[in-house]
Amino acid sequence: MLTESKCEKIIDEALGLAERASSKKRPIELEVTVHSNQESTSRFAGNEMTQNQSAEMDSLSMRLMVAGRQVKVTGERMDKTGLTNLLEQGLTCAARLEEDPELWPPAKLNSKRYPGKLPRFRRFDEATAAMSAEKRAELVRSAVEVASRRGVSLAGIVSSGDEVTAIGNSRGLRQFCRQSSLEISLTASAGDSTGWAKAFSTKADIDVSALAERAISKALAGRMPQDIEPGRYLTILEPSAVLDLLAFLWWDFAATSHIDNLSSLKDKLGTKVFSDKLTIVDDCSHPLQHGLPFDGEGLPRQSVQLVEEGVFKNIVTGRRSADKLQLPQTNHCLPQPDSMGEMPLNIVVKGGETSLDDMIASVGADQEAILLTRVWYVREVDPATKLLTGMTRDGTFLVRDGKIARPIKNLRFNVSLFDLLNNIVALGESVGAAGEEGIPAVVPPMLVKDFNFTEVTKF
Amino acid sequence: MEASSTLTANILDSLHAPLTFQLLSIALEAARSAGATYCDARILKRQSQFIQTKNDKLLALNQEESTGVGIRVLANGGWGFCATQNLSEKSLSRCAQQAAAIARASGSCRREAIKLIPEPAWRATWTSPHLIDPFTVELDTKLDLLLSCAETILKVPGITLAQGMLHFIKDRQFFANSEGAQIEQLSIRSGCLIEATAAADGDQQRCSYPCSFGQYEQSGYEIVEKWNLPAHAEEIARRAVALLSAPTCPRGEIDTIIGASQLGLQIHESMGHPSELDRALGQEINFAGASFLTPDKLGKLRYGSKLVNLVADATASGALGSFGFDDEGVQAQCTYLVKDGVFKGYLSSRDTAALVGLRRSGGAMRAESWNYAPIIRMTNISLVPGEAGSLEDLIADTKDGLYMETNKSWSIDSMRYNFQFSTEAAWEIKNGKLGRLLKNPSYSGITPDFWNSCDAIAGRSHYTEWGTPNCGKGQPMQTMWTGHGASPARFRKLSVGIAQAGG
Repeated sequence: MLTESKCEKIIDEALGLAERASSKKRPIELEVTVHSNQESTSRFAGNEMTQNQSAEMDSLSMRLMVAGRQVKVTGERMDKTGLTNLLEQGLTCAARLEEDPELWPPAKLNSKRYPGKLPRFRRFDEATAAMSAEKRAELVRSAVEVASRRGVSLAGIVSSGDEVTAIGNSRGLRQFCRQSSLEISLTASAGDSTGWAKAFSTKADIDVSALAERAISKALAGRMPQDIEPGRYLTILEPSAVLDLLAFLWWDFAATSHIDNLSSLKDKLGTKVFSDKLTIVDDCSHPLQHGLPFDGEGLPRQSVQLVEEGVFKNIVTGRRSADKLQLPQTNHCLPQPDSMGEMPLNIVVKGGETSLDDMIASVGADQEAILLTRVWYVREVDPATKLLTGMTRDGTFLVRDGKIARPIKNLRFNVSLFDLLNNIVALGESVGAAGEEGIPAVVPPMLVKDFNFTEVTKF
Repeated sequence: MEASSTLTANILDSLHAPLTFQLLSIALEAARSAGATYCDARILKRQSQFIQTKNDKLLALNQEESTGVGIRVLANGGWGFCATQNLSEKSLSRCAQQAAAIARASGSCRREAIKLIPEPAWRATWTSPHLIDPFTVELDTKLDLLLSCAETILKVPGITLAQGMLHFIKDRQFFANSEGAQIEQLSIRSGCLIEATAAADGDQQRCSYPCSFGQYEQSGYEIVEKWNLPAHAEEIARRAVALLSAPTCPRGEIDTIIGASQLGLQIHESMGHPSELDRALGQEINFAGASFLTPDKLGKLRYGSKLVNLVADATASGALGSFGFDDEGVQAQCTYLVKDGVFKGYLSSRDTAALVGLRRSGGAMRAESWNYAPIIRMTNISLVPGEAGSLEDLIADTKDGLYMETNKSWSIDSMRYNFQFSTEAAWEIKNGKLGRLLKNPSYSGITPDFWNSCDAIAGRSHYTEWGTPNCGKGQPMQTMWTGHGASPARFRKLSVGIAQAGG
């Protein structure tokens, strides 16, 4: 992995080369992003290791602005020759472009417009980053042991690694962040049923046996699933299900989605659009969050209130989009150029006081509710109404009279996020959740009414 | 990464074949010394150019290069894979030793050793067909093309966003294994897309050409010329605006003709993925899912009507999922997955073929890049054309129905039974003629029921090798480019419109 001092040296060298090539006639501005990543993933299925890989990759991008013409070139050779070649390639391309008078130079730290400080946190753990194949195999064996004892078949991954992101530019900005990660996800199969559990952390603090127990218990409770009529049901969504549905809403808070008329929240700023039970912030400093303290241009990410008691409060912006919409600059740019512009990447949905058990207990004798462990293959059917479709998976149960009545076959749903988030009955405690559609976030379990299941499948 | 030997420096500049194979042999030898019973090593050099326009401006011009080696080892009965960008001799040896150590750790979590079904040790070179190397085409030509389309789109009243994209990838790969194979391949892929969006009164409608996500082929710049984007810019813009005021597609059981590019994605989701043998064996159950096409159904299940013939054809010239040899050195093949409606075959690898007693791997092991271990992927999964003539003939032969075109959304369950697709547009068919344009069309069903309802497939003159550039599978997830040849086809009493019906 590239160290902070090595990244600095490479960035300085690249900026030096650009400065020397810059002239009055051909002024060059440069933003350099160095990315270094090592990730190792042990995969197993049927209680046996099936694949096991480890890869390291470094890359360097130069976003060049040459007399108002922008080009991004990416390579991996970080010696002087490599950097010179990359710069030359970028300059050759730029010379073929038309000038864009609206192009902005790279970002400046401590500018008048934005004097903010970098959020401080440590998300790097040496032992997690350096976890060996043998150690991962040990974790796999621990999980498989629990499965063998319970007579089920287990599949999953143990994935560990770390990554470095460093940004520097010709306006004096310098940023560096290194973070480690551990991800474990498990699927238990018990004949005609499956159960799933997943955890993500920036350090090796995941209890793999407890996670296996969760997946296995779901699978065992799900045996002999029965048919159910589709329709609108009171529904209990576990945090992973909430995360993977709400993931389709986050870009609608981004300035570019408003500028391009693609946001379902367009022209709704300051109005009440969701249940007053819903409060959402984007906060990269939250202790259960992960990710970088700066945005794609290297500016310090701001904590932003997106929704307060159902009212759409703020749009996340980058330098340019803030200026265009005349909104506060929140520093949520994706690495530029990007057609999506910005994204809130550190979502925290405020929780409530109703535990998952309380939600189950609240279902009356004359009521039926459906409990979802997770959702799968969620896609946007209609971006304007935020109509989503998807399937349930790995643990779907009918709840009646205060308890889980029986496992049921999986269902397809078609649900508008506006309906879902106006139909909240209760929220549980917010937790660090991981799914497969969105990046990990801090979300609570939800009890919602009238969740629209449209079809059943055969398992 | 720094080049640290003369051999490596030469390779980085030119990827000279004898020198590259010499370097790969160092990795194979290091793996053997470290106890490997099998090893393969791939050096890949990738070059890409991505051009994106938004409205009347260039949004992104991104050029990338990446070179590295991936070494896969069998030791102690388990797999290990390790990858690095450092192509020095020392680094390759170290990487091979690390792959062997990982394989030994895998072996400690196995009851039975992994076995590979035999494959000849090929010594070959393969080049994808191309007339014009897209990297030699001037930037001005590419930009002018996209910006002229944007100008046409933006002239149409009601349009709120015009977008365009060109994408070119060149892969040069060298593969060698411990059985003596030495394979060199060059693949050039080109993709193009224009999109028009109209938004008003809380609604938004988008239309794309040639298909959503862009049409990709294993071809040179000539495909960009072939698809003639400027000739279709106004048409998609007018359609997007017209969709805003079009009636919503009805709910019902309706005879439906599905356009070829949408059918390509249908094939991808409800035939391609379920026929992957690793899924059928439960090896992908933790993420991508499993499959209802379990080995006990092979040769028995009536998957579709007698008209339905599906092939996995890695030899189709110019199709996105073609190659000479897969990423474990198995020669490209064309095999039936469904013959006369019956489920006949799997997409397989050397190790999964051995598990179910196949005589040979189907040659479907592909890796996103040098830094990923290959997994079973689709090649070109295609619906063999039928005898129902043209799209116009199909429409003329339909009394009361719908025609749906160009994908908008797609979703299917983890066993690949229940699916729901929506398309950008649909048209009524009344008495053999196209009628009103309809917005927000969708259809859903259960895979075998759907394919059994197929009663007409258009002929070869309406057959297109569609390309899907964004298929996700595996952990860590890999993105793969797959091909899907299809011509329009008709499905009787298809369940339509449930997505928008509101329950």
